[in-house]
Formats: sequence, C-alpha cells, structure tokens
Amino acid sequence: MLNLLLSRLATAIPSVLGVIVVTFLLTRLLPGDPAAYFAGLAATPQAVAEIRAKLGLDKSLPEQFLVYVQDLLSGNLGTSLTTGQPVTADILTRLPASAELTLLALFLAAAIAIPLGVLAAVKQGSWIDHLCRIVTTAGVSLPVFFTGLLFAYVFYYLLQIAPAPTGRLDAFLTPPPHRTGFYLIDSLLVRNTEAFWGALAQLALPAASMAIFSLAPLARMTRGSMLSVLGGDFIRTARASGLAPRTVIFTYAFRNAVLPVITVLGMVFSFLLGANVLVETVFAWPGIGLYAVNALLTSDYAPVQGFVLTMAVLYITLNLAIDLLYGLVDPRVRLDA
Amino acid sequence: MSALLRHARYVLSGNPVTALAFGLFGLLLFAAIFGSAIAPYDPLATEAARALKPPSAAHWFGTDQLGRDIFSRVLVATRLDLTIAFASVILAFLLGALSGVAAGYFGGWTERIVGRIADTIMAFPLFVLAMGIVAALGNNVTNIVIATAIINYPLYVRVARAEANIRRDAGFVEAARLSGNGEARVLLGHILPNIMPIMMVQMSLTMGYAILNAAGLSFIGLGVKPPHPEWGIMVAEGANFIQSGEWWIALFPGATLMLAVFCFNLLGDGLRDIVDPRQRT
Amino acid sequence: MTAAPALKVENLSVEFRTRAGVVRVLEAVDLEVGKGETVALVGESGSGKSVTAFATMGILDPAGRVTSGSAMFGGADLLALPERELAELRGRELSMIFQNPRTALNPIRRVGQQIADVLVRHGGATRAQAPQAAIEMLRRVRIPDPERRARAYPFELSGGMCQRVMIAIALACRPSLLIADEPTTGLDVTTQAVIMDLIGELARESGMATVFITHDLALAAEYCDRIVVMHAGHIVESAPSAQLFAGARHPYTARLLAATPGETDSLQGLQSIPGNLPDLRRTDLPACRYSERCERRKPECVSPLALAKVGERHLVACRFPL
Ligand SMILES: Nc1ncnc2c1ncn2[C@@H]1O[C@H](COP(=O)(O)OP(=O)(O)OP(=O)(O)O)[C@@H](O)[C@H]1O
Ligand SMILES: [Mg+2]
Repeated sequence: MLNLLLSRLATAIPSVLGVIVVTFLLTRLLPGDPAAYFAGLAATPQAVAEIRAKLGLDKSLPEQFLVYVQDLLSGNLGTSLTTGQPVTADILTRLPASAELTLLALFLAAAIAIPLGVLAAVKQGSWIDHLCRIVTTAGVSLPVFFTGLLFAYVFYYLLQIAPAPTGRLDAFLTPPPHRTGFYLIDSLLVRNTEAFWGALAQLALPAASMAIFSLAPLARMTRGSMLSVLGGDFIRTARASGLAPRTVIFTYAFRNAVLPVITVLGMVFSFLLGANVLVETVFAWPGIGLYAVNALLTSDYAPVQGFVLTMAVLYITLNLAIDLLYGLVDPRVRLDA
Repeated sequence: MSALLRHARYVLSGNPVTALAFGLFGLLLFAAIFGSAIAPYDPLATEAARALKPPSAAHWFGTDQLGRDIFSRVLVATRLDLTIAFASVILAFLLGALSGVAAGYFGGWTERIVGRIADTIMAFPLFVLAMGIVAALGNNVTNIVIATAIINYPLYVRVARAEANIRRDAGFVEAARLSGNGEARVLLGHILPNIMPIMMVQMSLTMGYAILNAAGLSFIGLGVKPPHPEWGIMVAEGANFIQSGEWWIALFPGATLMLAVFCFNLLGDGLRDIVDPRQRT
Repeated sequence: MTAAPALKVENLSVEFRTRAGVVRVLEAVDLEVGKGETVALVGESGSGKSVTAFATMGILDPAGRVTSGSAMFGGADLLALPERELAELRGRELSMIFQNPRTALNPIRRVGQQIADVLVRHGGATRAQAPQAAIEMLRRVRIPDPERRARAYPFELSGGMCQRVMIAIALACRPSLLIADEPTTGLDVTTQAVIMDLIGELARESGMATVFITHDLALAAEYCDRIVVMHAGHIVESAPSAQLFAGARHPYTARLLAATPGETDSLQGLQSIPGNLPDLRRTDLPACRYSERCERRKPECVSPLALAKVGERHLVACRFPL
C-alpha cells in the first residue's frame, strides 16, 4: 500500500508542476499591463509602478517564475483588492463551505446513481433500465445553474418548503463554533440540532442540483460495468454454486463492477468542482466559487488565480485519493505496485 | 459509404429517439439561420410599459424587466450560442485531431509532448480552467471559444492518438508509404480521413458540453455582454426574478439551452451507434 | 445400469432468441447418468454441450429458454423447480466446473473465501468454521501449503491451481453429481492428466456421478464409462466407451473416431470432418441434422428420427447405422 501511495504520488508531481506553470502563464497572458490589472481600475500610476515592482514584473520571465514558486511555497497567493485580505486566508475561510456542498452533492449523486445503475443492469430492459437511460442522458444535459433556479422557484417560491436560496444558514440562526468548518458536522458536535437542520435545509437545493448534473456518468458507468461483470464467467460459477442472489449481485458482481466506477469518479469531481462555481452563484453560497466570480467581475485578478490553483491542486489530490481507493478495492493493483 | 447510409437508416428506424434528435437539430439549425428574420419583435427593443409580463398570445414567452420579448430573444440567441459551440468544437477538433494523429503516428517525443499538454489540461477541473483562461485572455466571445476549445482538446487528442496508433501499421497505411508518399501525406491523406467518422461522433458528443460550458461562462458574467441576447445571460438575468416569482424570464432560455444540449447528446449517442455499432449498449 | 439414475434428462429442447432470429440450440436431448457413473459428452464446438449442462443446472443466459423436457434428479424435476429451490441444490447436490479456471473465479476475492462462501451458503460449515473447512478442501484437492494458498487471489495462482480451486468449490458440499465442462481446456498436457486423475479419484471416493464435457474422444475413453456423442443439438449416439471405440454405429461418431489419432490431442483432427454444423436458425432443418454432411445420406433421412437401441446399452439416432 505504501508503495502504491509513493508511485501514485510520483505520477502526481508532473501534474502539479504543470498546474503551477499554467497558472503562472495565465497571469502573464493578461491583456495589457498585468500590474495595472492587479492594481485595479482606480489605481494611480505610482500604485501601478509599486505593484509592478512588488510583483517582480520588471524582472525576466524565469526570474518571475522563481519568485512565483517561492511565493506559492510560502503560501502567498497575493492580496485581494475587494476584501483587502491575503487570498490564501480568504480561500481557507471559504473552502469548508464549498467542500461541504461538493461532498454532499457527491454523496447524493452516488447514493442515487449507483443503486440505479445496479438495478438497471440486473433488470435489463425493465422500466428501471429505461429510467436509468433517461436520467443519464437528461442529467448531463441540464445546465446546473438552470436546475438550481428551477429548484429555488419550485421549492422556495411555489411550495415554500425550502428556505430562501441565500447562504449557508438562515440569518436568524447562529453558525456553530468552528471546528471542521462543515456546518453539518460542527452543529452535531455541539448538539445544536436546530443549526444542523437549518444547515441541511440550506444545503439541500444546491447539493441536489449539483448531484443531478454529476449523476449521469456514475449511473452510466455503474450500469455498463455491472452488465459486463454479470456476463462474466465467475458470476456463472457463483450461480452454479447456488450462492444467494444477494451474494452474487453484491459480493461477487458489484465489488468487481465498482472498480470502473471508481475511475469515473475523477470525471465526476471535474464536473462537480466546475458546477460548484455556478451553483454557488445561484444560491449566494459563501464558498470559493462565489469568491472567484465576484473577483472576476471586479477585475480583481489575484483571487481568481488563487482559486484556479486551489481547485487544480484539490482536483489532483482527489484523483490521488481515487487511485488509492482503487488500490484498496483491487488486490491486483495493490500487489503490482 | 452506401452501406453506412443503409446502416444509418436501419439505426434511425429502430431508434425513434435518435430520429427525434435529428429533428430537433434541424429546428435549432433553422432558428440559428433564420432566427433574426422571423423573430416577431426586435430582441433589443425595450419598452417599460410591457415589462415583466407573463407569457401571453402576444408574447409567447413573456417579457423581461425591460419589456423585451423573450421569445424573440431566445430565438435570436440561438445563432450566437450555436456559433460559439460550433467554433470551439471545430477548433478543438483541428488542434486535437492533428496533434493527436501526429502523436499516435510518430510516437516518441511528439507523443510525449502532446500527451503532457493534454494531461496538464486534464489536471484542472475543466470549467474552472475555462474561467481562468477567459479571465486571463480577456473577457470576450472569442476567448470563450478558445477556452472551450482548450478544455475539449484532450478528448480529441486521446481519441485521435489511439486511432492513429492502431492504424499506423495497418495495411493501407503501409501501402501508401511504400508507394512513395511522404509522412505528412500519409498522415493527412490516409490516416486522418480514416478516423473522421469517429471524430464526428466525438464532435457531436462534445458539442453539448461546449454549449453548456459557454452558457455557464456567460451565466457568471464572462464573454457575451448584457444587452445582447444569449441563453446563459438571459438565465442569469432571470435569476434575479425567481425569488419574486417571475419564472418565465429564466425558464424559457434555460429550457431551450437544455433542449439544445439534450439534442446534441442524443445525436452523439445515435451517431456512435451508426459509426461504431460495437459500442451499442 | 441401476434402477434409479443420478440424472435423467428427457426430451430437453432449448432455444435462444437472438437479433438474427430464434436459434433452436437443443432438440429432444436425452441424457442419463447412473449413480457413480462417469459419462462423457462429446461433440464439436457449438454442438450444444454447454447449453445442455447450463439448462440442467438452471443457469442459462436470459436469452435462452427451455421449451420442453424434464431433468429428473433425486426425485425432482430440475427444469420445473422454482429458482429458489434449485439454488438450494446447486453447489450442494449438483455442481459444475468450467473451462478457463482463471476467469471462472472471482478475481478480487481470496480463493479460501470463495470456497467458504459455498460452504456457508449450504450449511456445510458455520461462518466461524468456514475458513478452516476451506483450507481442508484445498488440502483435499492436493494444493500444497493450503493455509497460505487460501489467502491468495486467483491471479496469484497458476491455471492448474485455479482449476483445483474450482474443483474444491464444486465438491465442497460433496454433491452427488458433478458436471465438468471442458475442465482441462487451456491447461498443459501434464496438468490435464493430473486434474482428470484428481476428479476421477474424488468421484470414486464419494460415489459421485460425473458428466464430463469434452472435444477429446481419447480423453473421454480414458476416463469415462460411457460416451454420449452430440451433434448440432441432437444426441446421435451413446455407448460404453470400449464398445464405441470398437464399433461406432453413427457415421458422425465414426468420423470423430477417425479424426482422433491415438492418444494425442484431437483438435486438428476434429476440423477435418467435412462440412460445418448446420445453421440452427434455419426453419427447414432435416430430422437428421447430420444428413447434409453425411456421405451415406438417403432420401429417407429427412423424415422423423429417434434414438434407437442397436445393442446392449448402445443407442444410435440414424436410419442406416453402420
Ligand atoms: N447466449 C447465447 N445466445 C445465443 N446463442 C447461444 C448462446 N449460448 C449458446 N448459443 C448457441 O448454442 C449453440 C451451442 O453452444 P454451446 O456453448 O452449448 O456449444 P458447445 O458444444 O459447448 O461448444 P464448445 O465446445 O465451443 O464449448 C451454439 O451454436 C451457440 O451459438
Ligand atoms: Mg462449451
């Protein structure tokens, strides 16, 4: 397992380097004068010059890159003009909100997509198979911001069973003391059920919109891989041994079928992290996506760059975790490494 | 080719959903070409007196906060949305197919460099990368096209590389090489045409994603500038009225967007059945 | 032969629905296996040997359907039993082993656990005893160092080892009937002999009846009491091994025998039988499905035909036997 971890870490390094180079290049591609951009619209010429010196834009490109990498290593992503805070601090305070939303959405998506895919494969050609087909094709076609708005309209405006689609917690409730930053967990830690339900109610609609969008690849892959596993020789052996259908489907078929599903999780995360930005915009969710969108609209570039970098590093880390999970399930990978 | 056509007819007759998708596609194309000509109102004309009216006989999709006719705006927006998506898909195809075929055919350094570029792009959550690119290159429609092309690039590279790799040693390629064709000719004249059907499938599959992506970018305020009708922006404008119950402003452009994406996804699946029957599920 | 056979299949017909139409894969197949008897089912590829076995076990693909027949086993008709009761019997009273042992085992489950699953399912051991019982089974199929091997995954074992594990799974609950579908295909010749000896020995030990499916007449003659020859979904001949080798009465069997050069592998030889199996999707198949490949064909060969006794325990389906 340790070998696997190390070998996977080694393959992640080029990706991280690539990401750093790309985010660096993105700042240098800025049309016009990056210093003016970073300084903001209302900056005086002195301020621009100051920023230029501060950013090291008067140095050569390789030198600038070195400075950039040094800054990254010391956790310095620059300063946001809008909030006046270091971008790193801004992102760290907002990250739990995004993470809680994204993980809940993933959980929801998996909880729906995997049983759906399994059932569709086991009862091939039945109504549930058709449902699965519709859900997978329709799911990826739904613009996530549109689903979010539709949900808000139906559940908040029409049915009035959802809270106002703004933020993580109703204004009348106090957020639980900060432990993990996840309201659901923090509120349970202090046994504040009111805050827990409040947070869950706020999470429900954005998480559901994201889940619907990302459920398709999971369901599609589950169905496909379940079908191919169920046609396999060892399933016939299991059936010929009289094993109970439950054992055949779960212990034998599903555990094998879940392997390709794990690999598709990478794509699901790519979907989710992108959808995150849009959903946070719709639901005024105080996460890093909304932070980046607000910064974009005010031409405040450092937070955008920090955001892209953070998302990429998160994504690489998640992919690493997925690889390790795969190794946990599949002995062949574990022992090969 | 006629066998392919016959097979296509067979697949279509057995698959009404794909036929429906082709129909929808025709409709979208019609709207894109003749949209401005047949729109009942000027999509930009504001009139305070008829602001925020729900759908009616005069305004099928209602009017927005400035009194503009939403039906006309949705109709006229088709051309812009489809153009952005088409342009980015074509760009991704050109870049991806050429470099991918070269990578698969030559191997070695070409393959390593192309592969590394594709891997680096894939290391980002794609929509986030597109945001970063548009923010860096400048907030306009051209850059939306470029960003969308870049994030689709790895998909094309992967398919083209794999296909070229398989065909590198195929008989017809060998024959072309032996009859004195240069490498470039073999590549462009023999391998590329052979992988076109598969690339077409890839294009229609990514078309839906490209539309979604472009609309998403304009939804958060990148690319297309406000008074101009575009589905993503119109949904964004409608978002402000959802909480007060004026649903039609966001619904119609959003639903059209959804339908368009749905159409291309179905079309992609259908085309795949026609081109590559083995992958049918 | 004893009064009550271990398995008596009668009039079994199976068809598959495919995109290209209905395939009548088996037609009126009769197959009888006495208690403790070893019967070989031979025939070229596609003749329906596996389908016969799958239908009997009740594990046909969803596309396949039994259209007629019965399979009496221990007083019950396997083809009429509800799936739940049939599943109780499978793995306990009747077992099956397959070709390609590597893919026939669950790739991500330890082999010991796979044996234990069967034992626990059929009450052969409690959950706590099962691991030890699995190791005992591995010892019975002569796997060296069974404690360690029980923790191995199939990909860590050789093909021969995997087939022993398959045998351990099949015999874990001491069934009274074993169907072995080409258990040695894909193994090297030495391993083949070892596996066949092992199956034979274990069968004798417990008085288990065995159906041994193979292409290989020589192998069948060496290990089996009786040989049943199948062609295009029909049983064409059935006789004790020695009797069949001494005097085959069906032209197809004669061809098969002629194509079996002594003790060696017969695969090449098999291909030298003239013509191919008829296309089973055809609706105008003659009563004798071999007649179109037969040099001795007469006009009468198209009319209905049944297995007929031509000697003590010797049955043939041919109007003009040799
Ligand atoms: N799932 C299926 N769908 C359609 N046809 C099938 C299916 N399974 C088997 N068949 C058909 O049934 C016939 C008999 O197949 P079977 O596997 O029993 O042959 P076999 O005698 O076991 O051959 P082999 O020696 O190759 O194992 C073949 O013609 C095959 O095409
Ligand atoms: Mg077989």
